[in-house]
Amino acid sequence: MTAPDETGIGVDEWVEQSEGRREGHTGFTAPARRLFDKLTPGSRLTLFLLAAATYPFLVRGSDVRIGITILLLAMVALGLNVVVGWAGLLDLGYVAFYGFGAYFYAIVASDQLPAHWPTWIAIPIIVAASALLGALLSLPSRRLVGDYLAIMTLFFAQIFVELVRNFERLPFVPDDLNLTGGPNGIPGVKPFEFFGFEFNGQELLGGTLPTFSRQYYLVLVFLGLLIVGLHNLNDSRTGRAWRALREDTLAAEHMTMPVNRLKLLAFAVGAGIAGLSGALFATVQNGVFPNNFNLFVLIIMYAAVILGGSGSIPGVVLGAVAIAYVPELLRDPTKAGLLFYVGIAVVLFVLVRRWDKIAATVGGVFVLGLVVRFFSSRIWDESILGEVNDTSLSRLLDDWVLNFESQRDVITSYAFVLAIVGVLLVVLATGWWKIAALIPTLYLAILVWENKLVFQPSITRQLLFGAVLVVMMAVRPQGLLGTRRVEIM
Amino acid sequence: MKPILELRSLSKAFGGLQVIQDLDLVVGAGQIVTDDDPVVGQGEAVADLDFSLKPGEIVSVIGPNGAGKTTLFNLITGIYEPDSGDILMDGRSIIGLSPEQVSNLGVARTFQTLRVFLNMTVKENVMAAAYGNTKVGMWGSVFRTPSARREEKQISDLAESKLSFFGERLMGYRWDQPAYSLSYANRRRLEIARAMATNPRLLMLDEPAAGMNPAETHEITELIGQLRDDVGYSILVIEHDMHVVEGISDRVIALDHGVKIAEGSFEEVATNPHVIEAYLGAGAAGTK
Ligand SMILES: Nc1ncnc2c1ncn2[C@@H]1O[C@H](COP(=O)(O)OP(=O)(O)O)[C@@H](O)[C@H]1O
Ligand SMILES: [Mg+2]
Repeated sequence: MTAPDETGIGVDEWVEQSEGRREGHTGFTAPARRLFDKLTPGSRLTLFLLAAATYPFLVRGSDVRIGITILLLAMVALGLNVVVGWAGLLDLGYVAFYGFGAYFYAIVASDQLPAHWPTWIAIPIIVAASALLGALLSLPSRRLVGDYLAIMTLFFAQIFVELVRNFERLPFVPDDLNLTGGPNGIPGVKPFEFFGFEFNGQELLGGTLPTFSRQYYLVLVFLGLLIVGLHNLNDSRTGRAWRALREDTLAAEHMTMPVNRLKLLAFAVGAGIAGLSGALFATVQNGVFPNNFNLFVLIIMYAAVILGGSGSIPGVVLGAVAIAYVPELLRDPTKAGLLFYVGIAVVLFVLVRRWDKIAATVGGVFVLGLVVRFFSSRIWDESILGEVNDTSLSRLLDDWVLNFESQRDVITSYAFVLAIVGVLLVVLATGWWKIAALIPTLYLAILVWENKLVFQPSITRQLLFGAVLVVMMAVRPQGLLGTRRVEIM
Repeated sequence: MKPILELRSLSKAFGGLQVIQDLDLVVGAGQIVTDDDPVVGQGEAVADLDFSLKPGEIVSVIGPNGAGKTTLFNLITGIYEPDSGDILMDGRSIIGLSPEQVSNLGVARTFQTLRVFLNMTVKENVMAAAYGNTKVGMWGSVFRTPSARREEKQISDLAESKLSFFGERLMGYRWDQPAYSLSYANRRRLEIARAMATNPRLLMLDEPAAGMNPAETHEITELIGQLRDDVGYSILVIEHDMHVVEGISDRVIALDHGVKIAEGSFEEVATNPHVIEAYLGAGAAGTK
């Protein structure tokens, strides 16, 4: 009947252990986690906003755009988090509401229509219309759960893109009306303007604050307000009901919660946030195009929510930062290299966890490098190896890992295969054997990286991004700041 | 005064399902208590059931596994609609209402297969159940208006008082722990606290002592008595443990194959030959 199952969850000993784990986070991130736990939500937000506010001063002008992308992703992911993370509804049509908000703004604030609505009127109307659309679209899918809901909503997402692409070909649309601009989208969208205060203009503060920075702060303000509102909502009657719905719909229904109305509300709130984010996106980009709202964008949104920790507001924001920033980081080979070595360090900490073993591994890899360097100069000549005979200390450090002059492809291919074998051995081995397997594996990985991957940025980007995601998910399946999820009956 | 809950010749079958093994027991038992001949079709989970509950009393439902006890609860709370018969609350039919509507009329229940909100904290589990009795809207919560704060405080106090009913077990640091970290016995307690937070008049407990050790079982027995005496709930309880049933029941009804085979005080039912036969026939495992 209710005998404790094998996992031991729910048995008193397990409970005690769990309490022990709660008290002190273990591992190398413990101090940071403890500090994070100590902060109040208000001070966390303040710290985040302060840090975010300094960003435009730290980077060059156009790099601020990356910041804008990050903040917008955080906003839209927070809306998705309401639907998926809190209410537990797998909504794959979410990107359509983002697109709806963006196109709505682009149409009423460009030369598509003579209307030219002022921003402060357009934004609230767009939010309301998106929320309404969200509620309406949730009606037919109200009774659906899980996979069925996912398929149904995915259909909406696809319909939306097709609709804006082919709007003028629709049967009931007059020939001369091309509202959405078809595949070409809508360029020339008016900037965000607040009672004469233009966020794209040149004159603000004597021109000391560039356009990108202004837009950045605009989105940051919206994000801050959104975080506060959602935080309050999460800790309220409605937020608890959503989460109860996610945990056990039937039980929630028995505990006085109107399940259908709550689902509808979750869809509407999520869609409203998506619409707002979309409108901001349109002002920032000064235009909208069908491809801004395709399924890849949806995947990015989901990745931010899942990576950060579905259900957690700080988690989702952090997830958005990671998802939007890592690919940018990988564009630049030096930064990509940095990320590679940081990644190796993280893997080392996670796999090994003991300082003596970590030191042994690092030392081992270094010595192995020197040994390989010494012996390979006996086997191969300079046409392959390049200059390696200089044994001065600085040259040793510089050329610590072999950098082939020719036959690079053949050698790195072998090294790659060997590295894969090494990974398998590392996974299988335990104790010091693990370290023994880890040393050559790391060396081979670095060899492959230095000889091949740095020269192929685009492949490397995707590879590394994928690897980062895989490592993160393996290390923290609940997401960066998410809390552990248990699903058993 | 009208009874809180009244079932009138209620029937439910799950189509095509063959559950009945000892047909002779069913037929033999059915003749004793029901006025009209019970229609015992194959697969009848609850066949022509007739009993009523007066305010402030504890009625135990006993019967071997598969007798239809949980199905009875599911019919009352609106998960299933009966094939025939009527369910009245305060004299009004509640047939066709959703579980949410039934719970808002004052019926709360626990589940045999524990259904706490695992990834919410202990306190949140209870607070969530106050939904139907509170009214602050979404915008009120978003802006934390004074009335929203007031109501939130009330919900919090309500949850704490319901949890305090279980002594130290669900108090203090436990409030902020996720429900999945609780032992099974504590999850059963949490489900009761959660049900209490819906402000019910009728509390329906499905095997509240299952999975508990003798000491805990004794404790829960006392507690169910207190729930009636101090809080004034009417309680309908399904229980296998005969010590619990003996300790708490004002009245006991025995089901077998969905047929009421006995009704009366614990002694009357426990010594009823049909009941004994039902249990022995169903195998000693069912009697625990
Ligand atoms: N939803 C359902 N569909 C089909 N059969 C069901 C359903 N619910 C209960 N039953 C069957 O009805 C019978 C009574 O079950 P239940 O009420 O759970 O018994 P118990 O008295 O042990 O609580 C069982 O044979 C069960 O398999
Ligand atoms: Mg049962």
